[in-house]
Amino acid sequence: MDLAYGPQYEAFRDEVRAFLTKHKNQAPKGLGAAGRPSPEACAWQQLLIENGYAARTIPKDYGGYGAKPDILESRIIAEEFSATRVPSALQNQGISMLVPTLLELGTEEQKKKWVKPTLRGEVVWCQGYSEPGSGSDLASLQTKATVDGDDFVINGQKIWTSTAHEADMIFCLVRTEPDKPKHEGISYVIFSMKTPGIEVRPLTTMTGHAEFNEVFFTDVRVPKTQIVGQRGQGWFVANATLKYERGMLGDPAAMETRFQALVDLMREETVDGQRAMDNPIFRDRLIRLQAELAAMKFNGLRLLTSASKGEDPGLARLIVKLQSCELTHQLSALAIDVMGEFGILYDDSPYLRSHGSWQWGYMFQLGLIIGGGTAQIQKNIISERGLGMPREPKQAK
Amino acid sequence: MEFALSEEQRMLQDSVRRFLEQNAPLDKVRLAAANTHTVQRSLWAGASEMGIPGMLIPEDFGGMGLGFLDAAIVYEMVGRHVAPLPFVGTAVMAPLALMLAGSEVQQEKWLPKIAAGEIVVGVAVTEKIGIREDAGVKAQKGTLTGKSLFVIDWAEADLYIVADSDHGLHLVLPDAKGLSRRALNTIDKTRSVGELVFDQVAAEPLPRSSAEVVAAVIDAGRVMLAADTLGAGQMMIEKAVAYAGERKQFGRVIGSFQAVKHLCAEMAAALEASRSLVWYAAHALDEVPGDSRLMACHAKSHLSEVGRFVARTATEVHGGMGFTDLLGLHYWFKRIGFDRQLLGGPELVRLEAARLQGWAA
Repeated sequence: MDLAYGPQYEAFRDEVRAFLTKHKNQAPKGLGAAGRPSPEACAWQQLLIENGYAARTIPKDYGGYGAKPDILESRIIAEEFSATRVPSALQNQGISMLVPTLLELGTEEQKKKWVKPTLRGEVVWCQGYSEPGSGSDLASLQTKATVDGDDFVINGQKIWTSTAHEADMIFCLVRTEPDKPKHEGISYVIFSMKTPGIEVRPLTTMTGHAEFNEVFFTDVRVPKTQIVGQRGQGWFVANATLKYERGMLGDPAAMETRFQALVDLMREETVDGQRAMDNPIFRDRLIRLQAELAAMKFNGLRLLTSASKGEDPGLARLIVKLQSCELTHQLSALAIDVMGEFGILYDDSPYLRSHGSWQWGYMFQLGLIIGGGTAQIQKNIISERGLGMPREPKQAK
Repeated sequence: MEFALSEEQRMLQDSVRRFLEQNAPLDKVRLAAANTHTVQRSLWAGASEMGIPGMLIPEDFGGMGLGFLDAAIVYEMVGRHVAPLPFVGTAVMAPLALMLAGSEVQQEKWLPKIAAGEIVVGVAVTEKIGIREDAGVKAQKGTLTGKSLFVIDWAEADLYIVADSDHGLHLVLPDAKGLSRRALNTIDKTRSVGELVFDQVAAEPLPRSSAEVVAAVIDAGRVMLAADTLGAGQMMIEKAVAYAGERKQFGRVIGSFQAVKHLCAEMAAALEASRSLVWYAAHALDEVPGDSRLMACHAKSHLSEVGRFVARTATEVHGGMGFTDLLGLHYWFKRIGFDRQLLGGPELVRLEAARLQGWAA
């Protein structure tokens, strides 16, 4: 057990700090949303790429910085940016999911064409996976692509497509081989969201905001060359990508920030002149969550250590999505209870606390428990892969 | 940066596990449980050959000079096997009290004996956490008067370390005049606790005692109880998964039903994250003094909650068999229940955690 990074990494930390000191006033204000980055955000992203603080391990030929992967360096960068409260590298589905997929399975031409502008925030992507009838059972998806000359002709519907209304491009799963078993009949295609026949409808959620969209395809023509991987191999291409999405979830630093905000809230809110922090029941719930947060934080250190050694941490990794999403939701739930009646205020109501962010979070985070593999799917994964329990008997299709 | 057990630590843990697999199988546990208030001498002697009683004791005094993380991963194995060993008091809290507060003479007299496994040391600190039944011990002119409950490693102790109501720690011999002792029978028959009643009992103070020392001794005890629950909980999950893989109903092994699988997944998800918390809390006792008290509270309270969930859920997965004495699963259930209350239940410990952070008066 050694929680120090050592002199070599501390020297690297000094470099990051020097960069931040010099350039932090160029950083865009506030963290950009997942959609289209502002010109300031794009300029910041380019500066970060040039200095190796974004796209750090992506080869130079494709617009990255070209450093060797080093998980501790990445961690130090994240820590220092977070401590300085400066926006770190751009994060969106194109960068975190499409780019790694193209680098692993794309053609040379696809890599050359798409990776660089995606990294720079110039091309925004959305993900066309889920369908109304295909959620947890994603491989049953029905959006079909038939061949007509040199094109695929796509018909069907996608759902939960965040940023579709702003996206330039989509990476999309379509059924090209309807007669094959469900996992073997899917292809992974990329195409412009300006292609004729695409309609995007905002999907309003329980939060009252449209964080997602539905996307409808009617005779959308896409050149056959815009496939990633082979025909019928799309499921395996997508799984390479899903691996990266799961990695995105469960960020202990973000949860810690929420916890601190909750502590502040409990010091400020009063009922009959008594601070929430002085209410023993609220306080007990707070400390209970603090212990759970500590457990997830140290579990994160354990994962970091495994990753740096190239080992599979097994269960410690499989539990992250289930535990983190639940904990995040519980933090919001306590905040709502601390506010009491003020916890049901919303929109632009008088007396609204923190711009309603706890209320929004309490609802939105329920979506995170469901999305990206529901809690129940996570429990299947933990019990089957982590504990070696028998799989549910499957229906053939 | 390495948040993991070292190769040596994994080997230590493996060797303790093998020792307990061979020397503390369930039938031995059953025999010991029939005689709760006796020390299992041959088992303790075997543990002594491995250096377990002297793990934390410096090599100068015949110990191994290891750290709390080493002790925690060993006690995790002890919990895994519900082994009847006087570890928390004798091998952890007592040596720590002597090392932090004892005089050189006291250290030279007692530490080598503990390290050699020659003596068992009971630890009486419960009243520093909360006073029940008017317990508490007053020190006056070299004598102790009052009583202390839930004395850890009470049975057959050759020496007691007793906290008074004023942050003093004292050595008391079991045959001292005016000392009377009463066993307390708990649900957990694998470990002994008891009551000490003092009527002007001659006691030898540990000269460097302080509130800090008493708190540090309790912190260490709490982390060990958390590690015990971790080990016991891990074994309960393994037993539940194995049972669910064998037991058939409706023509299928019950482990193929999601209702059962999900219970197992929930247990594993809760316990696996707790493992990292126990590691860190133990590591903090060794290396991060600023964090150690809060983390001891978190480890103790969190493992109590996770342990309770695992203990009842693993029992439910076993169905009616889990409820019987036949499988002996209840030894683990009770061990976890004991760990939860001793040295402060989770609500009390969380109040302490709040006070440490200035969140409670």
